[in-house]
Amino acid sequence: MEKIAVSCEEPSLDSPVDPRFGRAAGFLIVDPDTLEFSYVDNGASQAMSQGAGIQAAETVCRSGAKVVLTGYVGPKAFQALFAAGIKIGQNLEKMTVRQAIDKFNAGEVDMATAPNRMGHGA
Amino acid sequence: MKELVVISGKGGTGKTSLLAAFASLANRKALCDADVDAADLHLIMDPRIKERYDFESGHEAVINSDMCTQCGLCRELCRWNAISEDFIVDPIACEGCGVCYYFCPEKAIDFPLKTCGEWYLSETRFGPMAHARLGIAEENSGKLVSLIRKEGKKLAEKESLDLLLTDGPPGIGCPVIASLGGATATLIVAEPTVSGRHDMERVVELAAFFKVPAMVCINKYDLNPDMGQAIEAFARERNVTVMGRIPFDPVFTKAMVQGKTIFEFDDRSEGSKAVKVIWENLVKGLETSTCREQS
Amino acid sequence: MIISIASGKGGTGKTTVATNMAVSLGGDVQLLDCDVEEPNAHLFIHPVINEVKTITTPVPEVDMEKCNLCGKCGEICQFKAIVVIGKTVLPFPEMCHSCGGCMEVCPEKAITETGRELGVIERGSRNGLEFVHGKLRVGEAMSPPLIRKVREYARPDVLTIIDAPPGTSCPVIASMKGADFVLLVTEPTPFGLNDLKLAVGAVKILGIPCGLIINRSDMGDDKVKIYAEKENLPILMEIPFDRKIAEAYSRGEMIVEVMPEWKEKFLKLYQQIEEMSFHKNH
Repeated sequence: MEKIAVSCEEPSLDSPVDPRFGRAAGFLIVDPDTLEFSYVDNGASQAMSQGAGIQAAETVCRSGAKVVLTGYVGPKAFQALFAAGIKIGQNLEKMTVRQAIDKFNAGEVDMATAPNRMGHGA
Repeated sequence: MKELVVISGKGGTGKTSLLAAFASLANRKALCDADVDAADLHLIMDPRIKERYDFESGHEAVINSDMCTQCGLCRELCRWNAISEDFIVDPIACEGCGVCYYFCPEKAIDFPLKTCGEWYLSETRFGPMAHARLGIAEENSGKLVSLIRKEGKKLAEKESLDLLLTDGPPGIGCPVIASLGGATATLIVAEPTVSGRHDMERVVELAAFFKVPAMVCINKYDLNPDMGQAIEAFARERNVTVMGRIPFDPVFTKAMVQGKTIFEFDDRSEGSKAVKVIWENLVKGLETSTCREQS
Repeated sequence: MIISIASGKGGTGKTTVATNMAVSLGGDVQLLDCDVEEPNAHLFIHPVINEVKTITTPVPEVDMEKCNLCGKCGEICQFKAIVVIGKTVLPFPEMCHSCGGCMEVCPEKAITETGRELGVIERGSRNGLEFVHGKLRVGEAMSPPLIRKVREYARPDVLTIIDAPPGTSCPVIASMKGADFVLLVTEPTPFGLNDLKLAVGAVKILGIPCGLIINRSDMGDDKVKIYAEKENLPILMEIPFDRKIAEAYSRGEMIVEVMPEWKEKFLKLYQQIEEMSFHKNH
């Protein structure tokens, strides 16, 4: 099964989904069938004042995940994820990583075709 | 939490005085001065700085003359003419692209991180405030604007405040773009002059470009009522809500000289009455569905 | 000679001074409006425009046939303007600073340069006065490259007057660097003074002689004058607040048009600047 990257505030399935993609604290890379996971820190992107989303997209891409679940993805990160062939599920803040995965498994997450808000500009 | 960003296109139309006046009227808000290039809001807010941080951003090339063989490759590659004939980098011309550093065959070029300003978290008589000071002649003002707005939002969230009032910079370039991104709405302060109209039109276009809902008010309206009406007509045509008119009133300058908001100085002045009406309209405007919630 | 007119704070009257001085002096003068984000001088000069040029800045374009996905372009770029992700290379042209590093570093010569539009430059004249301004494309973040292009129109054989943008960061530096004199226009208010100090700091870094003009000189307080005295900054002109001037300005009319007696004052202003920069250079 394809692995899923979920933006999270801490390295646990019960962590809240971090609403920000680019500036998320980190990502849980989860196998949606077994719920086995690994954690990638996103601290380096968090500290960036520019290009954080692009950097986070690179991080997710390197992890091998094929799907991203998060709150929102900025336009540049969106473009980058899209180019890497990674699918994007948004508006999943205000729940835990586990709940987001359940929702995804139940087929209740719409995969976005456009970014849902603009970034912070230059 | 919602964020209202006050911008103008043209400088000197009264953004900061107006924002300070709103601070007098708004409940449960935090303040943010995103005009990091020529910050003035602190002159009225008189902030007590509680936390102070360096703003580090970008790099700058420095040639180590002991190791440099003056081969000239860096001068050839540098597109900013930032390296002199005697191989010294002009820090003002250096763009921080790192091309010289990357290609120097002698590894004679350092590329240290630059400190290009300071930012502060403060307390004021109107609530918490995030503000900054970009070093003179420095770059990356857009990045500092993004950072200070992020910090402003954190301040507001920490105290569960409902609103962030952000004072934006003039123009339509990098720092303005950085102050609009993701805002709930923007208030454009226009003045009824040929320049004011021209600049307001460009900034309305900018807000539309970045899909930020825009509202407009006209300061010093009576200087040229015909021009004021023309600006309002343009605004309506572009779906920019007209929030009200402020007469030319010396109360703004008088209050500023004393470091006060116009309401603290004289809440019965013509200017104060007009601003109160605009504020009431803004509160309604921020509640309407066209304005998005911050997350 | 190049005179750059700057201010720190916006709306203090840079354009008023630049246009009135240019028109008062008449021939052998060029006015370059370098406030490319919000150019206004043309609204007062009403030049006949006879040249319009689109200005671009080079940004990378990748030939995926040649690319071996080595990632060196993403590594050298300081601005996150190009990334190698998955099986593709993604340039973000709007973030590119046009340094050419990615093109230089690419071992497969897969990167060439195309243009990103910065805006336009318009050139024209009015009664012998040469006029040039830049207009930044709405949505474009970087104004300094366009400002530098406008400044390429400066001719060494005439007087060049530059109308600079407000602030103290890179666009202002791009408009003042290499000038022979900087005229700082301020107003006698706390905001005016605070921003004036920043502008004076920028002028000092560049090592250019400068003088002050105090606009709306009778509104506010006397702290700008005290500061000017302490810093030894000459006050070259004071323009009192006059509703007639403000209203004329609002209609796009210059002071010298509604009050012709001001022409003498602007001529004298220029003479003073000429003397000051003469003494500095000799």
